[in-house]
Amino acid sequence: MKVIVTVKRVIDYNVKVRVKADGSDVDLNNVKMAMNPFCEIAVEEAIRLKESGTATEVIAVSVGPKACQEQLRTALALGADRAIHIETEEQLESLNVAKLLAKVIEQEQPGVVILGKQAIDTDNNQTGQMLSALTGMAQGTFASKIDIQGDKAIVIREVDGGLQTVELAMPIIATTDLRLNEPRYASLPNIMKAKRKPLEVKTAEELGVTIKAHTKLLCVGAPAERKAGIKVADVAELVDKLKNEAKVI
Amino acid sequence: MSILVIAEHDNDSVKNSTLNTVTAALAIADDVTVLVAGSNCQSAAQSAAKITGVSKVLVADNPVYANQLAENMRALIVELAAGKTHLLAPATTSGKNIMPGVAALLDVGQISEIIKVESADVFERPVYAGNAVAKVQSLDAIKVITVRTTAFEEAGETGRASIEEVSAVCDEAKSKFIGEEVAVSERPELTSAKIVISGGRGMGNGENFGLLEAVADKLGAAVGASRAAVDAGFVSNDMQVGQTGKIVAPDLYIAVGISGAIQHLAGMKDSKVIVAINKDEEAPIFSIADYGLVADLFEAVPELEASL
Ligand SMILES: Cc1cc2nc3c(=O)[nH]c(=O)nc-3n(C[C@H](O)[C@H](O)[C@H](O)COP(=O)(O)OP(=O)(O)OC[C@H]3O[C@@H](n4cnc5c(N)ncnc54)[C@H](O)[C@@H]3O)c2cc1C
Repeated sequence: MKVIVTVKRVIDYNVKVRVKADGSDVDLNNVKMAMNPFCEIAVEEAIRLKESGTATEVIAVSVGPKACQEQLRTALALGADRAIHIETEEQLESLNVAKLLAKVIEQEQPGVVILGKQAIDTDNNQTGQMLSALTGMAQGTFASKIDIQGDKAIVIREVDGGLQTVELAMPIIATTDLRLNEPRYASLPNIMKAKRKPLEVKTAEELGVTIKAHTKLLCVGAPAERKAGIKVADVAELVDKLKNEAKVI
Repeated sequence: MSILVIAEHDNDSVKNSTLNTVTAALAIADDVTVLVAGSNCQSAAQSAAKITGVSKVLVADNPVYANQLAENMRALIVELAAGKTHLLAPATTSGKNIMPGVAALLDVGQISEIIKVESADVFERPVYAGNAVAKVQSLDAIKVITVRTTAFEEAGETGRASIEEVSAVCDEAKSKFIGEEVAVSERPELTSAKIVISGGRGMGNGENFGLLEAVADKLGAAVGASRAAVDAGFVSNDMQVGQTGKIVAPDLYIAVGISGAIQHLAGMKDSKVIVAINKDEEAPIFSIADYGLVADLFEAVPELEASL
């Protein structure tokens, strides 16, 4: 069984992004970029499926500009067997990404596709669900456990009320939540080895997907800033302030 | 314009998140229909009919919708989308699970977690953990949208909408509900509580959350947590507040033993009043707190409880 895992190149999670002065977008110039943390969890899960003998091959896929080959190399260093880069210069919306991924799925016929539940840049939380709808594959979002049992998978999902367990007919699309696993780090020898692993570049045209805009970004602004208030000396002062100044208790 | 709101409910009554979503819908247009899809959900449909401003309730009452599995729900919603200009759901785990698939089947985009309706096709939404706000225009004929509930008031419950049965049975037979582990609590729901007290890694263990619960019980508050506290197994995942957990905006948010990482701030910085209790006076949480108390939480929290 093949496993496809998707990786997105995003701003490093430690970096606080700034809005450009002209309000056209956020400023990503000279900003540290990295693999989306939820994709790291997805890669880890895919590799574990291979290590446990459930999967035979792990294919990492990324959609975006040339630079995202860096994140694909990271996935290869972590243990993916080969990579597919779908090169586009523009930032694609989720539905376009899902359509491209659906084509890769059609060609590769994986048993499991694992995506991050959201990318920490756009915070959309859409692509996995869209991919499930486009391919007709069952969907297990926000997974904190994925257990493949032959022709079915048991997925435990993190939901607002707690945890939900679903049984999905294979093949499946899963999206990762934070508690699915703890991603490993790539070792130096594996980083070197990853340079020689196959990385195939494709384009949307080659895959027969027409990219279409569904939204137009009008402007990007900074959120309302909160200022630091005061320090209170002790609990008594805190309670007094909350009662008599803020009037919230 | 005609809007369909997908209700979140427990078959008995609609959840508060549905009320916030209706308010967002009414900011777009007057013609708002609510879909209640579930199993034995007639009483939820009745509660939806009472929401102020709703003109019609569609009820799809069938075992295939029992747990609102995404595959069946999206097929149903797509059937009901004809003639609609907007499909709205709360940006809860349920809405997030269902709506993108609806958008994909309709070949349109989704606009996630809107916080403001500017016009029928222009919306604002936070991006980059809330460090930027994007104003986006939808170019699609049908707009699929999820709504950040804390950004919209709850609609009232003075309505008398008509209820119409939907007979469509969409069973994709792809997934099966096996069970759930739901945290039961007498306290208010985290996302709609007026007061929230949250604990972080500084709490040390799960047992110590009892200190926060004692305060919560005196204040009628909900208890939340940082990711670190959830990852460490102190408390369950449904308590996580933040960019990738729950978004809260209560009148009062008390952060205890939480450093204030951007991912945590993304989930609570719209609270009216923020209190931080932390022993490290350099902790970033103090930079957004209205009232900061530099103290050991194991002394301060019991003292706080005693003085309430
Ligand atoms: C993809 C991704 C998503 C994330 N999503 C979220 C999210 O949704 N929500 C979230 O919260 N985090 C999230 N995080 C994690 C976030 O980056 C931080 O790691 C996390 O919020 C830290 O939690 P904390 O403040 O409890 O722990 P720490 O940062 O370790 O802070 C503990 C604090 O407790 C204080 N303390 C310790 N002992 C005491 C004491 N006795 N008395 C008083 N104070 C004490 C310390 O001074 C310190 O400030 C995410 C991270 C990533 C990468």
